[in-house]
Amino acid sequence: MKGGEGGDGALEWKFSQVFGERTAGEEVQEVDIISAIEFDKSGDHLATGDRGGRVVLFERTDKKEHGGNRKDLEKTDYSISKHPEFRYKTEFQSHEPEFDYLKSLEIEEKINKIRWCQSANGALFLLSTNDKTIKYWKVQEKKIKKVADISMVPSKATGKANVANSSVASTPKPHLANGGHTDKSYTSLSNDLLFPPGGVSSLRLPVVVVTCNETNLVARCRRVYAHAHDYHINSISNNSDGETFISADDLRINLWNLEISNQSFNIVDVKPTNMEDLTEVITSAEFHPTHCHTLAYSSSKGSIRLIDLRQSALCDKHSKLFVEQEAPGSRSFFTEIIASISDIKFGKDGRYLLSRDYMTLKLWDINMDSGPVSSFQVHEHLRPRLCDLYENDSIFDKFECCLSGDGQRVATGSYSNLFRVFGRHPGTTEATTLEASRNPMRKQVQTPSRPSRSLSSITRAVRRGADSPGVDANGNSFDSTTKLLHLAWHPTENSIACAAANSLYMYYA
Amino acid sequence: MSMVDEPLYPIAVLIDELKNDDIQLRLNSIRKLSTIARALGEERTRKELIPFLSENNDDDDEVLLAMAEELGVFIPYVGGLEYAHVLLPPLETLCTVEETCVRDKAVESLCRIGSQMRETDLVDWFIPLVKRLAAGEWFTARVSACGLFHIAYPSASEMLKAELRTIYSHLCQDDIPMVRRSASTNLGKFAATVEPAHLKTEIMQIFEDLTQDDQDSVRLLAVEGCAALGKLLEPQDCIAHILPVIVIFSQDKSWRVRYMVANQLYELCEAVGPEPTKTDLVPAYVRLLRDNEAEVRIAAAGKVTKFSRILSPELAVQHILPCVKILSVIMGMAHVLGKDSTIDQLLPIFLSLLKDEFPDVRLNIISKLDQVNQVIGIDLLSQSLLPAIVELAEDRHWRVRLAIIEYIPLLASQLGVGFFDDKLGALCMQWLQDKVYSIREAAANNLKRPAEEFGPDWAMQHIVPQALCKHLMH
Repeated sequence: MKGGEGGDGALEWKFSQVFGERTAGEEVQEVDIISAIEFDKSGDHLATGDRGGRVVLFERTDKKEHGGNRKDLEKTDYSISKHPEFRYKTEFQSHEPEFDYLKSLEIEEKINKIRWCQSANGALFLLSTNDKTIKYWKVQEKKIKKVADISMVPSKATGKANVANSSVASTPKPHLANGGHTDKSYTSLSNDLLFPPGGVSSLRLPVVVVTCNETNLVARCRRVYAHAHDYHINSISNNSDGETFISADDLRINLWNLEISNQSFNIVDVKPTNMEDLTEVITSAEFHPTHCHTLAYSSSKGSIRLIDLRQSALCDKHSKLFVEQEAPGSRSFFTEIIASISDIKFGKDGRYLLSRDYMTLKLWDINMDSGPVSSFQVHEHLRPRLCDLYENDSIFDKFECCLSGDGQRVATGSYSNLFRVFGRHPGTTEATTLEASRNPMRKQVQTPSRPSRSLSSITRAVRRGADSPGVDANGNSFDSTTKLLHLAWHPTENSIACAAANSLYMYYA
Repeated sequence: MSMVDEPLYPIAVLIDELKNDDIQLRLNSIRKLSTIARALGEERTRKELIPFLSENNDDDDEVLLAMAEELGVFIPYVGGLEYAHVLLPPLETLCTVEETCVRDKAVESLCRIGSQMRETDLVDWFIPLVKRLAAGEWFTARVSACGLFHIAYPSASEMLKAELRTIYSHLCQDDIPMVRRSASTNLGKFAATVEPAHLKTEIMQIFEDLTQDDQDSVRLLAVEGCAALGKLLEPQDCIAHILPVIVIFSQDKSWRVRYMVANQLYELCEAVGPEPTKTDLVPAYVRLLRDNEAEVRIAAAGKVTKFSRILSPELAVQHILPCVKILSVIMGMAHVLGKDSTIDQLLPIFLSLLKDEFPDVRLNIISKLDQVNQVIGIDLLSQSLLPAIVELAEDRHWRVRLAIIEYIPLLASQLGVGFFDDKLGALCMQWLQDKVYSIREAAANNLKRPAEEFGPDWAMQHIVPQALCKHLMH
């Protein structure tokens, strides 16, 4: 991948764009807070979901030929020297707040996850979900057409005033001279009606005219997959077969066919017979990128299970279990809580799996279940403060993680609107901290001149994973209310999109 | 003049409503397309109505589906076979929409039209259409193309045929799994039109590639291809090429593929013939009967009777029966085996199946009670029946409880009043108070039949008082 690289191969990140930036002092509307971010497979589109149930789409603008033949583009000697840039495309209301009368509970409209699906016929398709219901959306450009000419039989016959008056689409039901109702006349329009051999010349077809060259982006909900989850949906994931997807809640994972919305198969059920025995819930689930039969799901106890859908209809038995052995003597009251995995992501090649628990990012090789290949400390300086974080519930925050398209780097968010990027090669010490703001490097740059050099000197001086001094406002003030939970890495470029409350920031390297 | 005018108003309205905002009105108009066509006459239908419909490709799915269906029978309205080709453009467009049911209907209609078209027209119009779809940019067009080859192929020249075979082979290797699935599904139909020489080489090569596809769903569909292709090949080719594939599939890692094999087994046996069946397929079948996955066992079990018919009774007893101990659907075997064998061999099996770990298995036995009764009599079973029924009646899954309730009328009539009064009555009362609504409803409904059969006096004595008692207690 191209991109500016610093001293030891570390990427230099620069601010690219921001959407929905608040002016200083402006209050954040709860409904605008971004709750999901996802790039599509090609990286030409970006979708965000917010707490108000809206989905906003962005499209890439820096490619010269928009909508040109992809094959030709690839063949030309066209190097994308500029970084990816996006612009607002459209938005639609995906979910509305609902009320569950049976349980007297409100169902939030907050979008938990968005996943893009296979494009077809130039339209975009995606799945979006809230706590209970998944929806399949189609977004398409439609030409604005108008029916310009409708013509009825000229009013030769008398006594049919209402028919003669009607002109446009909403034609009132004409009454026939013999008093028959229109419906009856339709049924009597059977094949025994005789028409003159050349047809009736006075009849005319509506003419549809394209009145202008404008197009409208129309979003239509094509399927609603409802009533399949007793608990809150935390994940959805498309299968590589292009036909099925899974949805996971705390205790169950269901398999759906995109075409069929009234039926799903339950493939994982971890609900104990006695709910009092419940100790572990499902926190995230994802299909393998290329193996249609492999599914991974993570738990609140810090384990990841890989299951093979080929083995049986109900996949309660895992084929692989990934758990990191606890370092002896390190146990504390919080050990179990912070072990809970909040997100898992497969690398594009399907060999590596990234998991995020409260304090670390762990990279796993799916062929090796004895322990992670690498472990990255995200915000180690918070370890002494776990008590405070427990008090204000921040310890239960669910941070997302992502891998770069080439699998060389991983990223995740933290507090104070910071996010961290790590190189995953053994031997690299790349560990960058950025703030979601217009100047992401602000807190790190020590000398104003030659920023790139001072950046790399900072990263080199720093222990792998730990924060450099000054990254975090020292001492008492890291801000637990400004948390960067959601972020996504562009599939082919070194570009990251992340959300700070209702603002979407984009960076490139 | 006036005689013609009056019916025109509804037709004029129909035509206008083709573009009405109300979908029901549009649907209605589309369904009367033939009437509109007759009113316009053949030439105007060809020159105006069909082009008009061709542009109408972003309407609601229901409307497009109706349109696809209507066009399939439109040949008379455009002036007969000579003009059948004008119907192809709108259907070609419908073949590319992303709603599967519309595409499928469009393909169906194209096949219907194509099978009536004259050969020259097929070459001039139909085959180019197929080639366009197969080269389509979007996968939807390519998916539809696969379903049209069997119509296009027979009328093509040698050169074109070679081209079509190559194109089909590319579709079977398409990047998008959905296209490969469509190619896999339609392979049998296509193969039926291909000459034996090419069948053995090119088509079998395509088939073998599909049987090794990464995607389970593609391999699944290739199982069906086995039966279809088997019927087309000479027996020795079938044994050489198809049989090994079936045996491999019966051991596939994916339970869904094994399930498909179990489902298709009878057709596969017919294709390979009795000898290979005995030597190769019986062991495969036995493996499926013992499969790890219950769904596969149940599918295999469902074919036991059919499968055993191919074998002689001795072979059935020797090979099949021993592993049928864990199965449910063996009632039909009674007729195959005869009464004595049935009592000796099957009774113990029935009894143990009544205790199978899977509720479905137990339910299955109970549902076949009348068949059992015919051969060996219910008395032998009644001792074991009741515990089995009670256990099912108290299963924690309400659907299992529901299923057993549905069998109560059957049990009542088979077992008689005495049994019912003693044993089942209490259960029924229990169900009337079940916490699941569907159970209470089913219980109430299912008490009607025994009441009808045993008569009002019995009902007065046995049902009403107890029901009233329960009611008063709440």
